[in-house]
Amino acid sequence: MNPQIRRLFFVLAGLFVALVAMTTYWLWKAPDLEARQGNPTLIVRQLTIERGLIYASDGKTVFARNRKVRKKSLGRTWFVRRYPRGELVAHPVGYSTIERARAGLEESLNDYLTGSNANLDTILNNTIDKLKGLTRRGNDVVTTIDARAQRTAMSALAGKCGAAVALDPQTGKVLVWASQPSYDPNLVEGRFNQIQRITAPCRPAAPLLDRVSQGLFIPGSTFKVVTAAAALDSGAVTQSTTFVDRGYCIEYGKRVLNYADQSGPEVFGTVSFSQALEHSINAVFCEVGKRIGARSIIDKAKDFGFYEEPPVELPSQEIAPSGLYRNGRLYDPRDPNAVDPGRFAFGQERLQVTPLQMALVAAGVANGGEIMKPSLVDRIVAPNGKVIQRTKPDVWKEAMKPRTAAELTAMMTAVVESGTATSAQIPGVQVAGKTGTAETGRQGQNDTWFIAFAPAQGARIAVAVALSNQSGTGGGTAAPIAKAIIEALLGRNA
Amino acid sequence: MTLRNRELVNLLMVGLLTAAGFAAVYIARQEVVSAGSLSYAAFFLALFVAAHVVVRVALPDADPFLLPLVGLLTAVGLTMIYRIDPDLALRQGLWVVVGLVAFAGLVLVVRDYRTLDRYKYVLGLTAIFLLALPAVPALGRTINGANLWVGVGGIVFQPGEFAKVLLVVFLAGYLRDNRELLSLGSGRFALPSPKHFGPLLVIWGGAMLVLFQTNDLGGGLLYFSIFLAMLWVATARWPYVAVGLGLFAIGAYALYHVTPHVRDRISIWLDCSWVFSSDCPVYKEGYQLAQSIYAISGGGFFGQGLGRGVLVTPEGNTYIPYLETDFIFAGIAQELGLAGAAGVILLYLVFCYRGFRIAMLANDGFSKLLAVGLTAALGIQAFIIMGGVSGLIPLTGITLPFVSYGGSSIVANFLIIGLLLMISNHVNRDTA
Repeated sequence: MNPQIRRLFFVLAGLFVALVAMTTYWLWKAPDLEARQGNPTLIVRQLTIERGLIYASDGKTVFARNRKVRKKSLGRTWFVRRYPRGELVAHPVGYSTIERARAGLEESLNDYLTGSNANLDTILNNTIDKLKGLTRRGNDVVTTIDARAQRTAMSALAGKCGAAVALDPQTGKVLVWASQPSYDPNLVEGRFNQIQRITAPCRPAAPLLDRVSQGLFIPGSTFKVVTAAAALDSGAVTQSTTFVDRGYCIEYGKRVLNYADQSGPEVFGTVSFSQALEHSINAVFCEVGKRIGARSIIDKAKDFGFYEEPPVELPSQEIAPSGLYRNGRLYDPRDPNAVDPGRFAFGQERLQVTPLQMALVAAGVANGGEIMKPSLVDRIVAPNGKVIQRTKPDVWKEAMKPRTAAELTAMMTAVVESGTATSAQIPGVQVAGKTGTAETGRQGQNDTWFIAFAPAQGARIAVAVALSNQSGTGGGTAAPIAKAIIEALLGRNA
Repeated sequence: MTLRNRELVNLLMVGLLTAAGFAAVYIARQEVVSAGSLSYAAFFLALFVAAHVVVRVALPDADPFLLPLVGLLTAVGLTMIYRIDPDLALRQGLWVVVGLVAFAGLVLVVRDYRTLDRYKYVLGLTAIFLLALPAVPALGRTINGANLWVGVGGIVFQPGEFAKVLLVVFLAGYLRDNRELLSLGSGRFALPSPKHFGPLLVIWGGAMLVLFQTNDLGGGLLYFSIFLAMLWVATARWPYVAVGLGLFAIGAYALYHVTPHVRDRISIWLDCSWVFSSDCPVYKEGYQLAQSIYAISGGGFFGQGLGRGVLVTPEGNTYIPYLETDFIFAGIAQELGLAGAAGVILLYLVFCYRGFRIAMLANDGFSKLLAVGLTAALGIQAFIIMGGVSGLIPLTGITLPFVSYGGSSIVANFLIIGLLLMISNHVNRDTA
């Protein structure tokens, strides 16, 4: 019987070897399995890390901190995220929870916040902490957000559906990132139904939607800045080129009427290009559009960063590109004749843009044609106080010639001084801006806009405000909010 | 060094490892476990030293590695259970006491295991009686979809675990008596006459009945594998194995179509294992297997560390249902890693090696077959549950010998160790 016993042993040994192979196979598959649904490994591991804090630009105001949970059954300390400012910075900061994963900077900077970034200092600290048996600590993030101006923006937007964003044109630092309706990120874990019940004067209210970078609005007349840049850059039109406004523009044999957004009489007669922008005369821009063609406007828009996701430090799924949209998808027509150049020129057609993109348009004009890379993060600081990463200003787009930028600055200054946006005037500060009132096709449901920068020369603030479901004009609804934000950033109380 | 001194030294090393394991859990989970529980390790060592004394007195020539191997497996299990729930570990400790008392009783009372040969038919009938017990309406308890338990008063036990031991004793005696007859048959593929072939069919039918009645593949697979292994060792005729496996496949196929429970198990295995496709119902029927695979894959090479793995939810439940019993291998892989899991597998392999070695050294057929059967029973059982938990084969709920939480299993397996040591003692004394 012994030969059989020996063989039986080898059969069993083979089975045990197969077991070891199977276990090894799962180890090899671990990276794939970690992110699978219902796998607690990654989530629980993250919960045992003391995440870094998230601060406002002052480095003192805390946007996100940790609460220690010590439960007997856990046998160790868990850290649960708390957001002391509630809905104030819900969209840019986001949330980190057990149930619903993460959003905002909490998601995109997760590696830094959990100290799992491949920075040599961080790795060294983690190793030492591990050897000491200490809790792993993440790196702190200091954002560029000005808490005071953020408060001003959020309360000015309260009760509306819209967004406001302000940034420094010279550095790209985002100073204000406000989206309403907002939500309290502390409710995401456990009381999510309360967030789902939030109502707003728009449907769906979508409080989780970050309207700054994800919200698509029709730009209306604010897009005339891009059209004007295309026209001036091409040399086809100068500031003083004259046009005759008959109150309408003929396209495809049909009249396209001027819209209520323009100020003054319905028919201006002979005007310069500069005056056309000042009073937002659609008929003139319609003519300009026909003259330079849809292709050159699309190309100029791309120079401004349209058709791309602005490279801000948020998760890609929270950033939408701006441009022409067809059936809910970004649309870059091969045949420029597929786009109506006249209506395109004054921001109608099928244009959909984010407030962030329009703020970058204003910033480009303000910064002599160069658009700086937008950034929400000022610096990342290790637990020992050492700065491990600091955001350096970087050029993102060369949007136009410096001369064009200077001319547009003068034209946009006139808009605030004597055009459609007189409501945005601030005593002692020259503000340059452009209003927009876009028809959505439904009465009282316009998208209204104001984009601006201040001071007009050497601007440190560029801002965009967009509101949906408005019955008024951009100058009447959005401009006062932009003004309040600029004043808050300049250190004046509104 | 004498055999017994070698055993004692091995046991002391096991005791040290156990102390280290308990200390590691204590350090990781100070808030949950009390310092007093550290004495469990000392208590555990004392138990095995007591068992060692029994062996020293009654079986001085027995194999010196079996008891330390079993001690280490028990220690690994106890440490894991302690890490999951200290109260449960205390109860498991009490079961180890009962198991060792049963072990000592067997060794000291029976003295010569060969007398069991005389009672083989009584024992065989008892085994069938035990297997049928859960079907008695007043006694049976259904846990996790399988009717394997019997409840009397407050005590619930699994008669199948004891039936396993008795069946092996019966088969050893029966096959020793009939192996010549069963080996007959002309030609290479010829089978013996139905008269001798009959018992195979009877046992196959019995295993299938158990399968249907317990609603679980695990038990049937185990009994049938033990039977086939012993039959093959006794007769050296591989057609038995082929026909036996074929019959089992037919039975399993029929079961697959008749029992939804078995069908679910198979489809979950197909969806969740190997490829772990997106069809795997991770929140429904596949939850257990998916969580088990997550735990194994998350362990890495050296594990998350005792008490530091992701096994227990904030509410104090385990992520894997039945972690402390059927799924304890997944817990070991999570906290001790591939190294720990492979170590446990290696312990079973060494155990099988020692067990089969005893069988090969034995002079009489009964001792050989008994040692082979008992060893194979433990080895196959270990493989079935570790393979099921890791997704290698469809999942069937049986315990991991010596490691899983469970009184019946611990006591029955200590009886197996007692028998193996008795055979070993007999064999070594004969050869010495």
